Amino acid sequence: MGYVKTLAASKRPRLSAGLLLRPFTWLLGLADYIFLPLQSLIGVRRMAYFFVLPNLLIFGIFILLPMLLNFYYGFTAGNSILLENRPFVGTENLQRLFSCVNYLNPKTCREDLFWRAAGNTTVFVIGQVVFMVLFSLITALALNREIRGRGFFRAMFFYPVLLSPVVVALIWKWILQYQYGLLNAFLVALGLEKIPFLLNANWAQFWVITISIWAQMGFFTLILLAGLQAIPKEMYEAASMDGANKWQSFRNVTLPLLMPTMTVVLILALIRAVQVFDQVYVLTNGGPGTATLYMVQYIYRTGFEFRNYGLAAAASLVLAIILLVLTIGQLVFSREPKAA
Amino acid sequence: MQNQVAPSNAIIAFLTRRRGGQRLHTTDIITYLYLLFGTLIMFGPVVWLIMSSFKPLEGLYEFPPTFLPYKQETVQVEGYDKPLDLFDVQMPDGSVRRLAQISQVGIGARMIDPQAPNEKPIDVKIDQRTPVRAIHFELKNYTEAVTRFPFLTYLRNSVIVTVVATLITLLINSMAAFGLSKYQFRGRDAIFLLIISTLMVPISVILIPAFLVIAKVGWANNLWGLIIPGAATPTGVFLLRQYMLTIPDDLIQSARIDGASEWRIYWQIILPLAAPAIAVLAIFSVMWRWNDFLWPLIVVSKTELFTLQVGLNAFQGELQQQWNYILAMTVLTLLPITIVFAFLEKYITTGIATTGMR
Repeated sequence: MGYVKTLAASKRPRLSAGLLLRPFTWLLGLADYIFLPLQSLIGVRRMAYFFVLPNLLIFGIFILLPMLLNFYYGFTAGNSILLENRPFVGTENLQRLFSCVNYLNPKTCREDLFWRAAGNTTVFVIGQVVFMVLFSLITALALNREIRGRGFFRAMFFYPVLLSPVVVALIWKWILQYQYGLLNAFLVALGLEKIPFLLNANWAQFWVITISIWAQMGFFTLILLAGLQAIPKEMYEAASMDGANKWQSFRNVTLPLLMPTMTVVLILALIRAVQVFDQVYVLTNGGPGTATLYMVQYIYRTGFEFRNYGLAAAASLVLAIILLVLTIGQLVFSREPKAA
Repeated sequence: MQNQVAPSNAIIAFLTRRRGGQRLHTTDIITYLYLLFGTLIMFGPVVWLIMSSFKPLEGLYEFPPTFLPYKQETVQVEGYDKPLDLFDVQMPDGSVRRLAQISQVGIGARMIDPQAPNEKPIDVKIDQRTPVRAIHFELKNYTEAVTRFPFLTYLRNSVIVTVVATLITLLINSMAAFGLSKYQFRGRDAIFLLIISTLMVPISVILIPAFLVIAKVGWANNLWGLIIPGAATPTGVFLLRQYMLTIPDDLIQSARIDGASEWRIYWQIILPLAAPAIAVLAIFSVMWRWNDFLWPLIVVSKTELFTLQVGLNAFQGELQQQWNYILAMTVLTLLPITIVFAFLEKYITTGIATTGMR
């Protein structure tokens, strides 16, 4: 694993983790007086179970069990969240989601909100992933050049990644504000009309995508930058000895060698984009109308606002299948041996 | 003569020099322009947020907006209880006088000279006066945001959840990673596979049943409901296990021969050696917990248990017209994570670049 080497080689943090953890290591030391008798009771080998148990317990109860329960929910009906009060209805929920007269027109579907959410999510995913990966690649290439202030620029591009979705949404809500917003001030200064950005369906979709790119591209830039820096310098030297110009060495050295990283980035970006929720929830709450209603918000709304848990769980199953396909795609592509 | 030309040449040479000793190329200039423009786009919105958060309410609802926060100057005039707003007034004779406004009716305003409060008030048209303003940072936005709303309660909840959850996450994930990397036992590989196969299962996919489990355990509207479920992160176990695999087993064997208990091996040998990986996980855990939104939104419905993110979202729903408070609270919410980033920037970016996680 490449990163293990890098981690070991990287300098120790300025704030020594060991120093911060000292009070806790002292407490952990005291715990020895409890765990020593335990060890003599169950033996050295079985201590492994003891170490794994707390994590496994929480994992089993709060992640694994809900995953299994979700299947059951998807096949039951009723308004109660308690399983014993929910009658089994087979595939009724799934049928409801998928019963359409014409699959290309959401209005003809019984659960038209689901299809609207699916359509919006598709537009969002394509727009967000394509442009974000493009901008991330350009930025990574710029940051990979030998220029001054590289660390500063890298930090600036990365900073929005750390901001919480609520903060991101509020920052932009203020900038996009119709009456007093900064962006409309620029428009007026240029002699244009003010635009109600978040009240117009197309503009709202555009800004939701743009803001999501703004908030996440720093992360993907870093990964691509790491991929670029892993390309050995000798490859470029060899290319220039063979008389390749800059474009040719980019086309024939950089791109092919960056492909594995690009695949990982693309699929990670897809997986995240499919789950878009919190920023949009705060920024537009799915509006105007249903213009920015996406899959996860559809699930949230159906489950926790309309209390139709069965239908929401069925929609989660659909989302889970989409994510599963993407994850398997990632595993297949990232295990592919490097093309010669 | 040449000596006189040399300094300016030297300056240009200095400004355009590069690491390789070569001169700046056109592509370098394009790179710089792109990066500078990008910096403006990436950081500009945050700067705008911070500047706006220091504006008084009337300064926020002003179009076109100013970059710096301004406030209208006021003056205390004898015979009036409240301070009066100051204006520069264009008089009919062409002179400009600095007057205080007593009242405004329609398009007319009644003014008085603060130097001569006993003189007869002067009536002017409102388009003849311009407000006298000075740069002023409205700290009241912050003090009132903190004191008039349960902001501190939300802050406390967020701090509790972040700190406790991070400590628990580090403890149980490192224990599990130790068990999975340094022991041979039946079912070990099955357990590990099961854990990493859920790496990509987001909370959004299991919202409904996860909430049921929390409700059954009795942790709905309880901070434990926020802390515990996310503590067993597959990412954390994976990261730490991979790191611990690089620690030589001989160390553990010789410690056993010296009579160390298994628990002692864990906390005195494995933990210190895995410190870099644990530090990375600690930073991520703090980030995840501080910024978490969807899960707290579902688990907690009592206001006194809201975290900062949920509280901030509730504020922006209620205080539609009081952006001064919303902006101040937003700045306070992004401050801690920004400070952490300022100190640990290099560590966070290399941590992400090398592990590919967030």
